[in-house]
Amino acid sequence: MNEQMNYLLAQAAKGRMSRREFMGRASALGVSAALASSMLATAARAEGPVKGGTLRAGMQGGESTNTLDPALAASEVPFMVNMTWGEMLVDVAPDNTIAYRIAEEISSNADATEWKFKIRQGVEFHNGQTLTAEDVIATLKRHTDEKSQSGALGIVQGISEMTASGDMVTLKLSSGNADLPFLMADYHLVIQPGGGIDNPAAGIGAGAYKVVANEPGVRHVFERHANYWDAANGAHADTVEVLVINDSTARTAALQAGQIHMMNRVDPKIVDLLTGVPGVSIQKAAGRGHYVFVMHCDKAPFDNVDLRMALKLAINRQEMVDKILGGFGTVGNDFPINAAYPYFDETIPQREYDAAKAAEHYKASGHDGSPIVLQVAAGAFPGAVEAAQLFQQSAQAAGIPLEMKLEPDDGYWSNIWNVAPFCASYWGGRPVQDQMYSTAYLSTADWNDTKFKNPEFDATLVAARAELDAGKRKALYSQLANTLRDEGGLICPMFNDFVEARREEIGGWLVDPNGELMNGKALIKCWLTA
Amino acid sequence: MHPVLILVTQRVALGLLLLLAVSVVIFAGTEALPGDVAQAILGQSATPEALANLRESLGLNQPPLTRYFNWIGGVLTGDLGVALTNGQDIAQAIGQRMGNTIFLAACAAAISVPLAILLGLVAARYNGRWPDKVISGITLSTISLPEFVAGYFVIYLLTQVVPIFQPVAMIFPGMTFWAKLHAVALPVIVLVLVVLAHMMRMTRAAILNVMQSAYIETAELKGLSPMAVIWRHALPNAIAPIISVVVINLAYLVVGVVVVEVVFSYNALGKYLVDHVAKRDLPVVQAVGMIFAAVYIGLNILADVVSIVANPRLRHPK
Amino acid sequence: MKMPLSALLGLIFTTLFFLAAIFANLLAPYPIDAAVGGVWEAPSATYWLGTDTIGRDILSRLIYGGQVTIFVATASSLLAFTLGSVLGFVAATQGGLVDQVLSRLVDLMMAIPALIIALVVLVVLPRSLITLILLMGLLDATRVFRLSRAVAVDIAVMDYVEAARLRGERQGWIIFREILPNALSPLVAELGLRFIFAVLFISTLSFLGLGIQPPLADWGGMVQENKGGLIYGKAAALMPALAIAVLAISVNLVADWVLSRTTSLKGGRGG
Repeated sequence: MNEQMNYLLAQAAKGRMSRREFMGRASALGVSAALASSMLATAARAEGPVKGGTLRAGMQGGESTNTLDPALAASEVPFMVNMTWGEMLVDVAPDNTIAYRIAEEISSNADATEWKFKIRQGVEFHNGQTLTAEDVIATLKRHTDEKSQSGALGIVQGISEMTASGDMVTLKLSSGNADLPFLMADYHLVIQPGGGIDNPAAGIGAGAYKVVANEPGVRHVFERHANYWDAANGAHADTVEVLVINDSTARTAALQAGQIHMMNRVDPKIVDLLTGVPGVSIQKAAGRGHYVFVMHCDKAPFDNVDLRMALKLAINRQEMVDKILGGFGTVGNDFPINAAYPYFDETIPQREYDAAKAAEHYKASGHDGSPIVLQVAAGAFPGAVEAAQLFQQSAQAAGIPLEMKLEPDDGYWSNIWNVAPFCASYWGGRPVQDQMYSTAYLSTADWNDTKFKNPEFDATLVAARAELDAGKRKALYSQLANTLRDEGGLICPMFNDFVEARREEIGGWLVDPNGELMNGKALIKCWLTA
Repeated sequence: MHPVLILVTQRVALGLLLLLAVSVVIFAGTEALPGDVAQAILGQSATPEALANLRESLGLNQPPLTRYFNWIGGVLTGDLGVALTNGQDIAQAIGQRMGNTIFLAACAAAISVPLAILLGLVAARYNGRWPDKVISGITLSTISLPEFVAGYFVIYLLTQVVPIFQPVAMIFPGMTFWAKLHAVALPVIVLVLVVLAHMMRMTRAAILNVMQSAYIETAELKGLSPMAVIWRHALPNAIAPIISVVVINLAYLVVGVVVVEVVFSYNALGKYLVDHVAKRDLPVVQAVGMIFAAVYIGLNILADVVSIVANPRLRHPK
Repeated sequence: MKMPLSALLGLIFTTLFFLAAIFANLLAPYPIDAAVGGVWEAPSATYWLGTDTIGRDILSRLIYGGQVTIFVATASSLLAFTLGSVLGFVAATQGGLVDQVLSRLVDLMMAIPALIIALVVLVVLPRSLITLILLMGLLDATRVFRLSRAVAVDIAVMDYVEAARLRGERQGWIIFREILPNALSPLVAELGLRFIFAVLFISTLSFLGLGIQPPLADWGGMVQENKGGLIYGKAAALMPALAIAVLAISVNLVADWVLSRTTSLKGGRGG
């Protein structure tokens, strides 16, 4: 039987036998459907990429109000869509190194204030134009323009001068930044012909697939870009589609029924249930995203370091991970960095729930015992309301009068977050520590949502940014983490994993901590085996 | 002029007047929403100059009356403007979704209307006996189920237990008619369950009501079979209330199926509206609101006209 | 007149639901938002109906949720009723301009789908119980207005009403002493149907995330919270769905019976 089975597998994996025929013959040999299906998937993956077919992703996070303008991308579907048609200077690879894309070489001067990007020659846009260094400059310039409302504005603001000569792009920075290449991997910075200034939402890029149908909130259809520069490593399917299925039950059912091949955001609670389903495989990636409660360090009563510490000790992190994330995540330690970042310091002790110590700190703070109000909306992060309720219970057990106030989702990010002194929030994480700290913990940052202002912290951060020696850099980042953990306004109970699912007949899947669905590359890198 | 024609003309004119009034209400109502549109578009990064520029270009500085006439003028010429959030042409975006809305409604109506009337007739024929009780019992349960519950139930049953349909019911141009039918099977089943009971119960009640008339007794005394009496004498005279309940349900199938669209990710008008309400995209909300109101009023006029035409006393005035 | 078994059952269940809602605090074994058990535990001696997505006791939430659902539905149907029927009677007895204005106003409101009005209003206004009750009450009042006006128009031409008018009775007297008693039966049946409609409508709004806001629970919201397990045979979402259905069927059975009595009062031979 084994020999026969191996023969069948080889035939099917090479595409000489249809999946249906293979399954039929396998069952004639007495092999169960589930086993045969997974054997086929394994054999097919070993066989290498298969060209052709239509690959479909079902995703949460799209609305009919979405646009193709990369500057405005904020939710999951626009991100995935832009990654499918667009190409940046570089990507961050799953192992946290720089993957060269449009830039094929990068170099900097000694203090990291001037960076040179050598632009790959012969890369063609979907409209037939050849990508030039001028297109790169124009793209970066568009994102520096306030009117573009680009999500990458904060990143490109530090560039004081950009010039193109031949195939070389030179960027001068106002202060040294050793991580600049990582910043260029930001998903807003998709290179567009002429910078996309004339028509930012045209969807013309240099990526693996070109846009065929753009129906925001419904679906996005692409076909292979015939002159894709990196065809050896991707663009396996002829056409790919993103279907917007915001309802998680429908999304899961569609995957099980084979209507889609992969999906993002599996509800943690159903992972166990989905695990037993034949033909479906759960994919987990420990990412950098974290769910948080933020206190303003400059407003009473949170201007008291003892009160902040009391609240940090009064949260049961493991319970949150178990109940809110369904176990798919790790406990946080009140600074926004975890092991997924380079230069992470594992030796910093983990903070635990300690009602007695929390009560001590609460007493030391001299708080008057009036209710401490935590503002939260259901949309602050998945399970935010439940998490706040758990927090309330564990804090009250420590004698802290924590109360929850529910706010509407609508307007939460403009009226409550970054405005109210104590509220729930989330961070998606950044590729490097510097970017995370600079975005939210620098005294002058727009998104300093804990109003944490510490000149020494700022100076250390700037020093770390320009430090090219790895050992010294790690020590500086450890210092930043400890300061924030003990004095900051961030309560970070948990880091959430990406939990996704795919059909087993999909080959080429890689775990990538940088973003959902292989950092948006799943439709390009994966292939259909049968 | 024939009196029926006069009546019909009156109804149509009244309907158009009502639609005009609705347009004022929709415009005023959405304009009265708190929150500045320009601010909503620009978000946190808004500078006072940018706000002023955008208000100017959106025409927000003009008096409300001018804006209303500009808007209604656009609506009448088929120009619904562009969505504020992503600059898409609204008429174009709505066009395809409207087609999908009508496709789903038509499929559901094609099954539910004949079925409801048939079941209503059978229930009336066997009034108080077991077929009546069974039909009434079943329809009573379906009317008592919220749509989303019915939705998940059929997803579980018909895509997981017996996998014959797709849980996600999107349809696109270029799909064959049969592929579309297959795609919308589940939402159609749910909608049929939801609207069946109301129409069936009204049909039964209307028939039973007519059955009390003297001419029915005459027909019965003539020795006609009960089903023939219902079919030839009761049904024609009960047609007006039946049509009006059918029309209410048709209108519901067009304008009231947001939940079904959400559950099955069906790309039609309801979901489009919900997305844009949340983002305060007023031109879209106004446009879809007008379309829904027009459908509702149009169907009501149709019901009135049909019942006028169907009414023998009005058709042959003395 | 003997009550049929179905109506009796309906009445018993409806009463039970209302009693459970009133005495929720005494009946519920656990607090509404305490995570007492594991996630989606099966029904057991400790948790009679199992636990929900974060380990809260479903029976307790069902009882508290029933309190919220039934309270909002009752309050909004009563509001719709008072407003709709009084205006309907006034329009019917007064006639003329008053009738025209009220009727056209109702036409106008009814021409815009209720769910759309609800969506717009709930996105803008704070989502409190008061907002929900007022909104649903007003929307439903238009339907009640139509019915009560139609019923009252029939009654208003009766001899005894004419006689009262000739006696010089005041408008209010005619409405409350002549029309209301004679219109009560169809209106009570309608009240039942409106109540069910309100229950389904709140559930739908909560399902869309616009209705009752947590930490309060209601049945529609509970279905929404637990629906993830539904296609894997986890019954947590079925319990609140069943509660909605049983309540709706029970009230319907009672309303049907009241309606059929009305028909017989008119002297018809139909049951």
